[in-house]
Amino acid sequence: MKPTSSRTNALAVVFALVMSTASAEFSLSERCPPSFRLSESNTCELQSLYFMYGSIQNQGIGGTQTNLPHFNDGYTPQQIDLGRYLFFDPILSVDGSMSCASCHQPDRGFSDGQSRSIGLNGQTLQRSAPSLWNVGFSQRLFWDARSTRLEAQALEPLFHENEMGNTPQQLLQTLKHNANYRALFRTAFPASSDITVDDLAIALSAFQSSLISLNSRYDAYAHGDHSALSEQEIQGLNVFRSFVARCSECHTPPLFSNNQIAVIGVAERTGETLDVGAERTFNSRKLRGGFKVPNLRNITLTAPYMHAGQKQTLEEVVEFYSRGRGNELDDSDERQLHWHITQPDLTTDEIAAVVAFLGALTDETMKPITPSTVPSGLPLVHDNLGSDRP
Amino acid sequence: MKPFVLVTVIAVTSILAGYFWGSHQTDPSLVLPNQVEQGVDYDQASLEGVLRAALPPNPDGTVWQVREGESIQRAVALAAPGDTVLVFPGEYHESVYIDKDHIYLVGVIDEGSRATLNGRGVLNDAILYSGNSIVIENFEIKNYKGNAIMGQAGNNFEIRNNLIIDSGVYGIFPQLGQNGVVTHNVISGIADAAIYVGMSDNIHVAHNEVFDSVAGIEIENSRYAVVENNYVHDNTGGVLAFITPGLPIKTTEHVIIRNNFIVNNNHPNFGAPGSTVAGIPAGTGILIMAADDVVIEDNIISGNKTAGVIITDHDNAPNTTLDPESDPVPDRVVLLDNFMINNGYDTIADVQALMLTEFKTGLVDIVSVGRNRDSCILNPGRYHVVGLGDYDRCSVTTSANLANYLLAEPVQERPVEDFKLGEIAYLGVCSGCHTYNGRMIGPPVVVIQALYENNPEGLADYIANPRKIRPDYPEMPPQSYLSEETRRAVAEYMLKIDQPSH
Ligand code: HEC
Ligand code: HEC
Ligand code: HEC
Repeated sequence: MKPTSSRTNALAVVFALVMSTASAEFSLSERCPPSFRLSESNTCELQSLYFMYGSIQNQGIGGTQTNLPHFNDGYTPQQIDLGRYLFFDPILSVDGSMSCASCHQPDRGFSDGQSRSIGLNGQTLQRSAPSLWNVGFSQRLFWDARSTRLEAQALEPLFHENEMGNTPQQLLQTLKHNANYRALFRTAFPASSDITVDDLAIALSAFQSSLISLNSRYDAYAHGDHSALSEQEIQGLNVFRSFVARCSECHTPPLFSNNQIAVIGVAERTGETLDVGAERTFNSRKLRGGFKVPNLRNITLTAPYMHAGQKQTLEEVVEFYSRGRGNELDDSDERQLHWHITQPDLTTDEIAAVVAFLGALTDETMKPITPSTVPSGLPLVHDNLGSDRP
Repeated sequence: MKPFVLVTVIAVTSILAGYFWGSHQTDPSLVLPNQVEQGVDYDQASLEGVLRAALPPNPDGTVWQVREGESIQRAVALAAPGDTVLVFPGEYHESVYIDKDHIYLVGVIDEGSRATLNGRGVLNDAILYSGNSIVIENFEIKNYKGNAIMGQAGNNFEIRNNLIIDSGVYGIFPQLGQNGVVTHNVISGIADAAIYVGMSDNIHVAHNEVFDSVAGIEIENSRYAVVENNYVHDNTGGVLAFITPGLPIKTTEHVIIRNNFIVNNNHPNFGAPGSTVAGIPAGTGILIMAADDVVIEDNIISGNKTAGVIITDHDNAPNTTLDPESDPVPDRVVLLDNFMINNGYDTIADVQALMLTEFKTGLVDIVSVGRNRDSCILNPGRYHVVGLGDYDRCSVTTSANLANYLLAEPVQERPVEDFKLGEIAYLGVCSGCHTYNGRMIGPPVVVIQALYENNPEGLADYIANPRKIRPDYPEMPPQSYLSEETRRAVAEYMLKIDQPSH
């Protein structure tokens, strides 16, 4: 870890002062977020209409009426609510300039509208911020699948020098100095004697797991109301799952991801070096340029697309696939492209239909409420403030 | 003679049209299919003695008739679970999708002519289904770009008596389904597998003729499959049992390949670049890649120029990706007695090299490459074998005691107990807009309870077709995708809530 500059250290002291004078009353919800049921052991368990269906080997991949994959639930309502405060609270960053919501904004599908996210001090990161909708179902996290647990994942941006730039010691110190957080952590983690990094990670995961989007118009269609989609959207669904476009072989319902890694061969922007992606994670040339298959729910909210935002619109994405295998790569490229990347040559009608269909995957009914103030007393910093639901 | 005795047309359609389509988009120019009462003649005559996986048709269901010039999709849209759609001989140019359960889609064969789905080289897939208990019979399908018949997570399917010619990537491709039969189909000219069972369990593939395709029959990342009594000839590779790494289902196990004719599979490989089958050497009878518990018994395997049977791990197979979650090694391959003759007469360099290590030349029936665990062969002396040094003698002699791996009953379609239905619907859907005593997007539950006390039917009706009531609230979206049963359950649940849940 690079030592933080003296400027940021000085700022940290100022924040410590701000925090200790914070006075708002904060309490944690004793109820689960919508879509969850409170169990007798005070944990929140996901509820969904998809539980009506089965799925082959319980993998949660299939067709219209298929159960969901394993879900990361079992957090308490208090942990989820504490996670919500932490997620929006810039206290987590070294200088109070960023919260998780800076790059994962509720109004932008929990992404940030950037090709590649901007971190501390305006530094551009290597990749784009993925949407966090339905992230509790992901068995692989980050574009290159380098993490398998939400808890472990949350610590990366916190302590990454270009992201939130904090250190565990400093973060714990600031949180422990804050009377609100001391009380809130005690409520959420009664068994812990003090605030810990592990508990912080659990709370953040708890909140992120509550971001459920499973009630789009597509879902109404899948459950049986065939008038929920327009004719063009149904045409798009049929192209999407056809064996010409083969989108659903990788973006498999119900989540529109099969949770695997695939090399699809999107070129980096001109002048950028190749992002080897999963090659590094798995130490295998076969996965050079491979990324995890992203889920496509709420996809219209999260442009630009791909691991470094190479595609501005969904049309561009579909056209990329349509042009066929390796169309952005030169002959010397050694990537082993996935076998479902073929040469669909879709008509303009079909491309428009797929794009229309992707638009039917939008559902924000379970969007969490952005707190109006956070326990640190710091002002909220992410964009689009105030347009969230009251 | 006509194979089916057809029942008389009873009702025609304008009333029905109003009934089914009144509240949705209506296109009056479309001709509706005729509707006839379900007759016993068709069912009992054709299904007796046939291996079944689907629910039987509803005896009170409707039979929809489609004739040339009409739309099959239109009939499917009108059909209810348990109904039959009968398609008369003639040419149909459409892609049919079935996103509902329990539909019999049946072609009528009249003096040898069939209902023909012709994609004319421009349509994607011919028939695509995601429902359970789908039966597809008696069609001729040609010139599609994608698949002829594709299932996406439909269970309890039956696909039989179809003639599929030169149609796309896969001929018949049930994917992610459980409990299904693929029998008595004749399929040729397919650029990948003529019959491809993908990521599925409890499957029976029998009495099919598959030829002139890259792969004849492929069992991939699937469990509990029997492939028997098929005539598999003139493909690049005959019968394959594979684990393809990188798919979400990781294993292939318990596959029985028996009593098939696997003959002269020497077709030049025309598989798409990058596809797994593109790496199959022409002249492969049976190919086992990384699959476990495969039994090969009583097949006639002849005239396959590379080898009769190839068993390989992933390390020796081209085009496979890396997947730490899939086991690259085949375990417990059981080679029982088979009739093998004249295989490997023009084999590939890799096999020749392996033969040299054992000082062998000439024909090769069975070759095992790479790692392998606990495999066996009953009578090795009967064949030209190579690479079988660590194979034991089998202790079993036949798989005949197992007729098939189909389930005794169709897969249960709804594992959720009734009392939970109301809860998953309320919490999974309504809770995004309604809460017990506060205002969210919709009015509080307490207000609704006062309005609908002792009236769950009223509530269930409202949500199927909500009216605008309160000027200061937005409109509530219709919940008509919920079945009647679910609407009733959620209504009862909503009326019983006595404390906030969220
Ligand atoms: C500076 C912008 C930025 C901030 C701040 C940020 N993230 Fe991220 N986040 C990203 C980027 C970029 C990625 C993708 C990185 C990669 O794949 O290598 C990412 C990935 C993730 C993922 C993985 C999602 C997936 O589907 O793979 C999760 C979860 C996540 N962030 C949560 C958080 C949390 C929790 C915080 C606050 C502690 C946070 N992020 C703060 C930019 C940010
Ligand atoms: C072989 C598997 C595979 C197939 C087939 C496939 N995709 Fe993808 N898709 C991926 C992967 C992997 C990524 C991420 C690649 C990257 O960022 O470089 C992706 C990215 C995307 C994205 C951008 C997601 C985001 O959050 O930025 C969209 C949209 C998308 N795919 C749509 C489609 C459509 C539409 C089709 C069919 C025409 C399709 N995909 C076919 C694997 C696949
Ligand atoms: C997307 C938001 C939304 C969802 C999801 C939703 N509702 Fe509503 N609901 C509303 C709104 C808005 C109203 C008020 C409509 C009006 O008064 O015009 C309403 C009104 C109602 C009413 C009052 C009818 C009356 O006669 O006053 C009932 C009953 C009801 N909803 C039941 C349900 C049930 C049961 C579900 C779940 C299956 C559900 N709602 C899901 C938004 C929603």
